[in-house]
Amino acid sequence: MTTNLSRSIAIVGAAESDLGKVPGKTALELQAQAARLALDDAGLSLRDVDAIFAHTEDRFATVQLAEYLGIQPKYVDSSNVGGMSNLMHVRHAMAAIAAGMCSVALVTYGSTQLSDGSRKSGAVAADSPESPRGQFVTPYGQMSPIGYYAMVAQLHMHRYGTTPKDLAEVAVAARKWAQLNPKAYRREETSIEEVMASPVIASPLRTRDCCLVTDGGGALIITSAERARDLKSKPVYVMGAAETFSHHYTPLSTADWLDTRVAETADEALRMAGVTRADIDVVQIYDHFTIGVIQALEELGFCKRGEGGAFVADGALGPGGRFPINTSGGGLSYGHPGMFGMFVLIEAVRQLRGECGARQLPKADVALCHAPGLVFSCNTTMILGV
Amino acid sequence: MSEVQRPLPRPTEATEGYWRAAAESRLVVQGCRACGHRQFYPRNLCLQCQSGQIDWTEVSGLGKVYTFTVNHRAPNAYFKARLPYVVAVVELDEGSRVMANILNAAPEAVGIGKRVRVVFEKVSDEITLPQFELVE
Repeated sequence: MTTNLSRSIAIVGAAESDLGKVPGKTALELQAQAARLALDDAGLSLRDVDAIFAHTEDRFATVQLAEYLGIQPKYVDSSNVGGMSNLMHVRHAMAAIAAGMCSVALVTYGSTQLSDGSRKSGAVAADSPESPRGQFVTPYGQMSPIGYYAMVAQLHMHRYGTTPKDLAEVAVAARKWAQLNPKAYRREETSIEEVMASPVIASPLRTRDCCLVTDGGGALIITSAERARDLKSKPVYVMGAAETFSHHYTPLSTADWLDTRVAETADEALRMAGVTRADIDVVQIYDHFTIGVIQALEELGFCKRGEGGAFVADGALGPGGRFPINTSGGGLSYGHPGMFGMFVLIEAVRQLRGECGARQLPKADVALCHAPGLVFSCNTTMILGV
Repeated sequence: MSEVQRPLPRPTEATEGYWRAAAESRLVVQGCRACGHRQFYPRNLCLQCQSGQIDWTEVSGLGKVYTFTVNHRAPNAYFKARLPYVVAVVELDEGSRVMANILNAAPEAVGIGKRVRVVFEKVSDEITLPQFELVE
């Protein structure tokens, strides 16, 4: 039997670092900047932190960060499963705090991938030529991650009749939210036509179907619900969370590329939280690609399988729409330093605290955050509430 | 200036049988000696029964396109010189799925569900890649 840890921990601090194009700062410096701001937000100091959950390009990110911040944690975790890693870190922090292994966790991420030019080709670093990916994928020139999501989009269009316009709706809704967020990187006017006229990278996905490449970092401060009650910020409780994992970059055994264990992940998180889909006020989905949002909305159960295209039509996801989501502007328009799971959580925290100003949703008591990792390889769903 | 090299696989003990067969223009997958389970890519254990006794079994090389994409941007210089090109996931008639390029066809001729057959592309002295072409 597992112990139900619902509401056992709270996010008590949340902040992003400088975001967008940030020349002259390293990923480590962006993490430290975000950590300082998140601690200020919580009313805690570095001396309170006894656990670090972090990932950067450095393989030993947690101890590097500990050294840089001058702290000596007793629990660290730098597990990397792609863009959902930050949500996974929060869930792992929940277990560690419940087990009494630590009391205040810093969860952080940062990258300078825009300034580095490391994502110019749209391809993440390949694995060694003797790895499964190196033997059975890389020789065929598959772009990653976009090639995989292009294949998902192709399948979705073939099976359900989803159109490029449906995809563009997702990108335009994100931009409309970004226009309400002073911190967003891309805020200029756009249109369905403009998105649909952008260059194809891997058919049917176009440039504007893809998340941005930016620099930036973020940090969350996590502690027990008990301790959270005495802090200056409004606690945002982790009501439910679940993870599922299936593959790396070689998903040849995945029976249906449109059924990627998301439903199972969400069901478990909702069950833990003791809420249903109807109770969710705020939805934040990692929008790496426009098709990913449509697929996630279906797999999460917010609409029927195959109806994602119609569901997002007519600005449904944007401000004032039928199903407003990704209120920061998302990875498509707010910013995307990689591992956007961090920013999915930061925006959910801000919505639940009522701090979102012009983009604040009218009712924001329960949020569902969802992020995949790698190429529909793994999932975390997290339910947050105040 | 010599041409940029295609990224090539480096066979391992568990996979060399696959690559040796490809060099002989045969497409093989693994078949478990204990339980008969077929699997791709090759591994050193059977995913069904965990047996370590695995044979190679030749397949027809016929299948259909499960899904695909036409790349208009490339991950490296080798593929950049070959744009646009098709990357597909092919479902073999025997059940396994493999990734490959669709050769000898205009990208717009490729579609989900289209029948394909294996062809073999010798890319170096040691390596021949199983590839696919449309069956008209």
